[in-house]
Amino acid sequence: MKKSFKIRFMFSVIFAILGVIFQFMKIENCIYEMKLISVISFLISYFIIGIDILNKAIRNIFRGNIFDENFLMMIATVGALVIGEFPEAIAVMLLYQIGEEFQSIAVGKSRDAIKELMQIKPETANVYRNNELISVKPEEIKIGETIVIKPGEKVPVDARIITGKSSFDTKTITGEPVPKTIGPQEIIYSGTINLNKVVEAKVMKKFEDSTVSKILELVEDATSKKAKTEKFITKFAKYYTPIVCFLALALAIVPPFIFNQEFSEWLYRSLTFLVISCPCALVISVPLGFFGGIGGASKNGILIKGSNYLEALSKAKYIAFDKTGTITKGVFEIQTVVSVDISEQELIRIAAHAEKFSNHPIALSIKNKYTGKYDDKKIENLEEISGKGIKAKIFFKETLVGNAKLLKENNIKFKEIANPGTVIYVAIEGTYKGCILISDTVKKEAKEAIFDLTKAKVKGSYILTGDEEKIAKQIANEVGIENCFGNLLPEQKLEKLEEILKLKKKKQSVIFVGDGINDSPCLARADVGIAMGGIGADAAIEAADVVIMTDELTKIAQAIRISKATMKIVKQNIIFALVIKIAVLILGAMGYANMWLAVFADVGVSIIAILNSMKTLRIK
Amino acid sequence: MKKVYKIEGIDCANCAAKIEDKINKIKEIEEATLNFMTSKLSIEFKSSDEKEVEEVMNEVKKIVAKMEPDAKLS
Repeated sequence: MKKSFKIRFMFSVIFAILGVIFQFMKIENCIYEMKLISVISFLISYFIIGIDILNKAIRNIFRGNIFDENFLMMIATVGALVIGEFPEAIAVMLLYQIGEEFQSIAVGKSRDAIKELMQIKPETANVYRNNELISVKPEEIKIGETIVIKPGEKVPVDARIITGKSSFDTKTITGEPVPKTIGPQEIIYSGTINLNKVVEAKVMKKFEDSTVSKILELVEDATSKKAKTEKFITKFAKYYTPIVCFLALALAIVPPFIFNQEFSEWLYRSLTFLVISCPCALVISVPLGFFGGIGGASKNGILIKGSNYLEALSKAKYIAFDKTGTITKGVFEIQTVVSVDISEQELIRIAAHAEKFSNHPIALSIKNKYTGKYDDKKIENLEEISGKGIKAKIFFKETLVGNAKLLKENNIKFKEIANPGTVIYVAIEGTYKGCILISDTVKKEAKEAIFDLTKAKVKGSYILTGDEEKIAKQIANEVGIENCFGNLLPEQKLEKLEEILKLKKKKQSVIFVGDGINDSPCLARADVGIAMGGIGADAAIEAADVVIMTDELTKIAQAIRISKATMKIVKQNIIFALVIKIAVLILGAMGYANMWLAVFADVGVSIIAILNSMKTLRIK
Repeated sequence: MKKVYKIEGIDCANCAAKIEDKINKIKEIEEATLNFMTSKLSIEFKSSDEKEVEEVMNEVKKIVAKMEPDAKLS
């Protein structure tokens, strides 16, 4: 609390006490004088504490701002003075000022909390220029320059490591608490912190295009897309003050002049109305709640692009997933190897040699499995048969590596395996030697993530994929997704999504989760489009409403949880503020509430609502 | 064109909301948002011409000065 305020407050209280003392002093012959001294003391006390408000109020009148809260406080307290309620006027002013002071402390605190959230921005960068390592601002770094990141420093811009290997704390960007080891040729993202060893890296992006800038921009911009609740509050605030003021006027005029009631009594009641006429508690706490929720989510690696999306997330009822790269890793891996008359390793060795020069994802998965050396001289007469496989002489033997069609074509006897996914058959010298089952693997947390979603009351789940239906079905069963539609062309995906959108009722929403690469129409059409694996993927960040920085599916349920908790706090604040205000207004009109209670309903409620809103920053 | 300004010295959230409302009434402005918590005023102008934007900003400054004489826009 400011010192000058404390002093003012103290003097004001002292004069108020003097006023009360003189009021009750009954010295003969000078009762009138005593009364005068008492009134003067009260007035001094009033002016000490209220001078700045009076000043602002008068200034604002000349500018034509009549529904300004300073002006209303002035009318309320001056009115109280006029009807002789001196202690009342001073008390209201004192409480109001204390309340404002506390409110600005609370606002300051939440501003600090927000700033802390935003402190992922790197301050300096070490860059080589003319063979000298100098320190510059991240904004000044150019693409292609070499930067050095020492232990404890933040990575200033997105860059590719040239030399060195170190652990990086990516928590600020991805929300992932376990540090990641990153070495040469790998990308480090701005905002992550180097933990143990010096690394040199080549700059890939300018500061303003780097991950950290993108995140900061997103979070700050998020508040400009307002939620319905927020819009309602703004609208409400616009009408609230004039209505309450009008009612106050009516209270002061109607009963005394039409029903012949006592004027000062009704004036007092009308003045209590003026004290409650600022909707500040709502106007401040609701956006703050949303901001906190969005900020808290970003701390966990979930970027929500607007309060409106946060609100929609909290109403999630249906969720549709893209398959490849979303539910699955999008990477093909060998599931099982079936070998006939030769060892599994030998089969893999032969297949890997056959696929040596191919870059097809299937070929890559086989080559990944093979850890031994390649003998290029033993690969002869290599022939790639498009859509079928490879025919070559491997280790001096005629070898076929490919799908069932390839083997059938060559009249080889074998048993076709019914397996969702891809099966690669191997035949050597005209006999079937075995097969390799390859498929895209499901992310390990997928099942848990879907279970979490049902716990978060998401009713229907769908897979929409361009892949074969039987593959999609198997994956859906494996992770616990109820419905699945395969063989969909991109526009059919959108049609299916439209059908799902038709299922939802009022106050429900549909989420689409994709990787942002080829499903942007769906991301845009759904109530909330969530893109996974946002780090480093600018396209995904652009297309989606919510971006999950890592690949973890469990973050979806977490995002819904955060949004629900935020909405709960926002609603608590709205109900709390409205109930208290309306209750005090009614009590005030009936003459049961004094101005003290009215001040509580004004600033007290604001402070409590702000403190409540700040809880949103810490939701996990 | 979108620009972000820092605005300091606004007393209360309601005043911020009122200023935001008034600024949004300027014809040349697509959308303006005043974030009380981050003290930032972001304005999306209809025009992308620097000169025109400057003129619009003068109007914005007038509104701010009228509503909240202590506020500083930078």
